[in-house]
Amino acid sequence: MLTITDLHASVGDKPILKGLTLHVPAGEIHAIMGPNGAGKSTLAHVLGGKPGYEVTGGNVEFRGQDLLALEPHERAAAGLFLGFQYPVEIPGVSNVQFLREALNAQRKARGEEPLSGGEFLKLAKDKAALLKMDMEMLKRQVNVGFSGGEKKRAEMVQMGILDPAFAVLDETDSGLDIDALRIVGAGINAIMRAPDKGVLLITHYQRLLDVVKPDKVSILAGGRIVETGGPELALRLEAEGYDSVMA
Amino acid sequence: MTTATLPTRRDEAWRYADMDALARLGADALDAWQDIAVPAGESLTRCMVVGSDAPELHRLRVTLGEGANAAFFVTNAGGDYTRVEMEVRLARGAHFEFGGVTIGGAGVTREFVTQVVHAEPEATSNQTVRAVHWAGATGNFLGEIKVARHAQKTDAAQDFKGLLLEAGASANAVPQLEIFADDVKCAHGATVGELDEAARFYMMARGVDPATAQRLLVQAFVGDAFVALEDDAERETLLDAALAALEGARL
Repeated sequence: MLTITDLHASVGDKPILKGLTLHVPAGEIHAIMGPNGAGKSTLAHVLGGKPGYEVTGGNVEFRGQDLLALEPHERAAAGLFLGFQYPVEIPGVSNVQFLREALNAQRKARGEEPLSGGEFLKLAKDKAALLKMDMEMLKRQVNVGFSGGEKKRAEMVQMGILDPAFAVLDETDSGLDIDALRIVGAGINAIMRAPDKGVLLITHYQRLLDVVKPDKVSILAGGRIVETGGPELALRLEAEGYDSVMA
Repeated sequence: MTTATLPTRRDEAWRYADMDALARLGADALDAWQDIAVPAGESLTRCMVVGSDAPELHRLRVTLGEGANAAFFVTNAGGDYTRVEMEVRLARGAHFEFGGVTIGGAGVTREFVTQVVHAEPEATSNQTVRAVHWAGATGNFLGEIKVARHAQKTDAAQDFKGLLLEAGASANAVPQLEIFADDVKCAHGATVGELDEAARFYMMARGVDPATAQRLLVQAFVGDAFVALEDDAERETLLDAALAALEGARL
């Protein structure tokens, strides 16, 4: 589903990803863990197509397409969802307006009919309920005045509405209290745990993986994948730390 | 009879004006003041979309009686030099509301020039101007507020924000306060910036194409100017006129 081969990427003149190779087939939830500065967020940004990140080598194939050749909005229409570590506030634009524009733009790009206002609101209501989010919050401006936890839940509501084939979730668990972590984790399972979907779950902590059980765990360090294993690898990291596991 | 002669850029109120366009318009246009009186206790709301392929000068003189209320909302999207001038005089307890948007490219100058005189106590005024420009265009807001010696408890506010979609466009804000009373509130603020790239990427990451992302962000930006307008249909007309001008802007 997503195949990253020998990916090199720089920010400014600084190389961050140095030959990263990773394959995530459909049906797999693949956790990426790694120390600070390893390149985890850079990987997420490069996959999403964020300006300022220069790919200097390698390639990424997503559902048979050359992902890196696509503009960010084309990647979304192709089925990729990027969950932001720091969701952006957009004053003056409501969540409902933003998400309806986004969903209908994706549908248009795929040659599907747009959803009517009524159909969209029903869908939004269902997904908000899944994340235990009040529909009133979706009528407010995008992420403006939301707490850290509310922003992350709103991200997952967005994911539910857009229903992507593949999600790259960049530290979706950061800033969440224990209850919110369970709600967000259950949301990820409900939306993305399916034979035809995949997830790249970037996290620092085992606690999210207690709720969203990964099929595979990889360690990213120094811009490369240095080890891949099953869920037990995350438990070893939690117990022993990066230094001893990678040694 | 024509009495006016063309001003020069040495006149403070014409400092950023397009003098060539003004010459094309002719000195006669300077005489065309529109006088509007709002009697004591009454209210007036006026919405205008101004601008065409030729230079335009709109000069309005508004006098508000005691406790009167006047609100003007303007989209200035001219294809040539377009200037809206307002001279406003407020009696005791009156309120003046102004919301203006200049938007456009093509190297054109579009401007609002206001002079608000708080002639008596307890009057209030609030002016919100947004400028969105590209392709060498200029947006100006010259706002003068005069508070007379005995006009205590005056509350006057001016807020200007410029959004420049590319290098070479410019926005000028000239707040001018002349205050002779001592118990007054006069606030003014001005900022000029670029489109929020983080917000644009966030939208694109959700599937919104670049043109739509820009339109949504510009719509949110200029929307501030029309927040005080209660009539939804009128607000939509002003916003639509502004966003129509955005077609063809650089992404």
